[in-house]
Amino acid sequence: MIDTLRLTAYEASRLLRDKEISGAELWDAYRRAIDERDGELHCFLHVCDDPGGDGIPLAVKDVIGTKGIPTTAGSKILEGYVPVYDATVVRRAKEGHGLRVLGKTNTDEFAMGSSTENSAFGPSHNPWDPTRVPGGSGGGSAAAVSAGLAPWALGSDTGGSIKQPSALCGNVGLRPTYGTVSRYGVVAFASSLDQVGPVAKNVRDCAFLYSVIAGRDPCDSTTVELPSPVALPERGDLKGLRVGVPTEFTEHEALEPGVRDAVRRAIDLCVELGAEVGECSLPLSLEYGVACYYLIAPAEASSNLARYDGVRYGHRSAEGGDRLEMYTRTRDEGFGDEPKRRILVGTYALSAGYYDAYYGQAQKVRTVLIREHAAAFEKFDVLLTPTSPTVAFELGAKTADPIAMYLNDLLTIPSCMAGLPGLNVPCGLSDGLPVGLQLIGPQLSENTLFGVGHALEQAIGFDPVPERLR
Amino acid sequence: MAELTREQLLHVAHLARLELRDDELERLGTQLNDIIAAVSKVAELDLADVPPTSHPLDVVNVWAEDEPHRSLSVEEALANAPERERSYFKVPPGGSE
Repeated sequence: MIDTLRLTAYEASRLLRDKEISGAELWDAYRRAIDERDGELHCFLHVCDDPGGDGIPLAVKDVIGTKGIPTTAGSKILEGYVPVYDATVVRRAKEGHGLRVLGKTNTDEFAMGSSTENSAFGPSHNPWDPTRVPGGSGGGSAAAVSAGLAPWALGSDTGGSIKQPSALCGNVGLRPTYGTVSRYGVVAFASSLDQVGPVAKNVRDCAFLYSVIAGRDPCDSTTVELPSPVALPERGDLKGLRVGVPTEFTEHEALEPGVRDAVRRAIDLCVELGAEVGECSLPLSLEYGVACYYLIAPAEASSNLARYDGVRYGHRSAEGGDRLEMYTRTRDEGFGDEPKRRILVGTYALSAGYYDAYYGQAQKVRTVLIREHAAAFEKFDVLLTPTSPTVAFELGAKTADPIAMYLNDLLTIPSCMAGLPGLNVPCGLSDGLPVGLQLIGPQLSENTLFGVGHALEQAIGFDPVPERLR
Repeated sequence: MAELTREQLLHVAHLARLELRDDELERLGTQLNDIIAAVSKVAELDLADVPPTSHPLDVVNVWAEDEPHRSLSVEEALANAPERERSYFKVPPGGSE
């Protein structure tokens, strides 16, 4: 009997190698879990048939293109779209490691959101409490991993779409350093920010999946080669490590007390594990990060989403009319409210007469954020903050107020703007719901983040299986 | 920060090739003004001497060898076309843009 709730990818790989289970048995175990629980959770937009072989199954966020498998980005405008090629990350997973795509996971439309409630195909639900959101945009991937519907998953992160759902679902998610993972074949949202990354049950699985997808890709000229191979973490202590705690993040008024307390306990654990812990300050990053993000990301989105015009793929309005009417009707019918809001804000911020005041100024703020983080890394190896100011919130609680929804990413946005890697690690429960901590490092410091995350994970002893499913 | 008028909103929507229905104009218009008021916060900082960042990695001039490689066939490229004729994407006649 395969217990998909507890099975890690690492252990699954050992069972397959030792022929204790077959590839077909492993696949069927996940399919049964999906049949049993996905009716309630709605993590998947599409579930695949077994392509054969004995690779480990992999869930893939539906913004990542998969050859022959529908890819919608959670949008009606891409309903029925079937890519004719694999994204590089999928090709690497398949060709390099024989991983089998189990299905495509739910996402806020075009990865725009923090709850999956912006998905055109309905929200996903949090496995710890199905009346609550799993976070977003990659809520489908995070919830699938927590509910044992997939051993691991790929997500994408623009301002927190891997880290925040991992925090709300109680698993490990990495937003890699900008440029370390190819975006070729991935539906673009904001190209100076988008990154693909792994979601897993623990830090070792997360590190391994990162090693599968990372590295330069000739098809994506923004990628770089990793300076050193990914090291699977081993150490259980933090001796010699300098951990910075940005007080604006840990003392912020938006923090729920249960989140603040769980993160404080993790900070104390760092000291017990031998780290040198000190306070630092990133005042402008927190004060201006969200405003900066909600100019730059929509501006880039307004440009990237211009391609959805009903000509080459995706939805086309059946209403007729001339070509201009076809474009505008197709886009009105195909896009939901959130992409429309962001396209409008972005178009306005880039329009003649407003460019310097909005987009140009936001690009300068971005420089300020980069400098502020660089100064902190002169004194510290990693920064530790809460990932989300709150635990998972009720479905519907923030859908009427876009700005309240945007503030979910208050703590994840600044390091994304600076192009830095961030790792979510579960650090406890508040009222029975997971709390995540965020480890931020300098560019290309993933191995350090995995090491710290692994040591903390061992010391915290968080049980990633939702209580109601144990 | 002045609020966007209905005319400005329609102009921006036209630039973005979005047809907005009347109910959308009202709902999105209000939300848009709230969002623009919130993001206008960036104007508080005096950043005259700060250079802009367009890209967070220090990568410049990435070249590829000029070598032919396999690309999509015509059939693959047209596989998702809403409408096609022979080897072309088919669209309605142009309107005034």
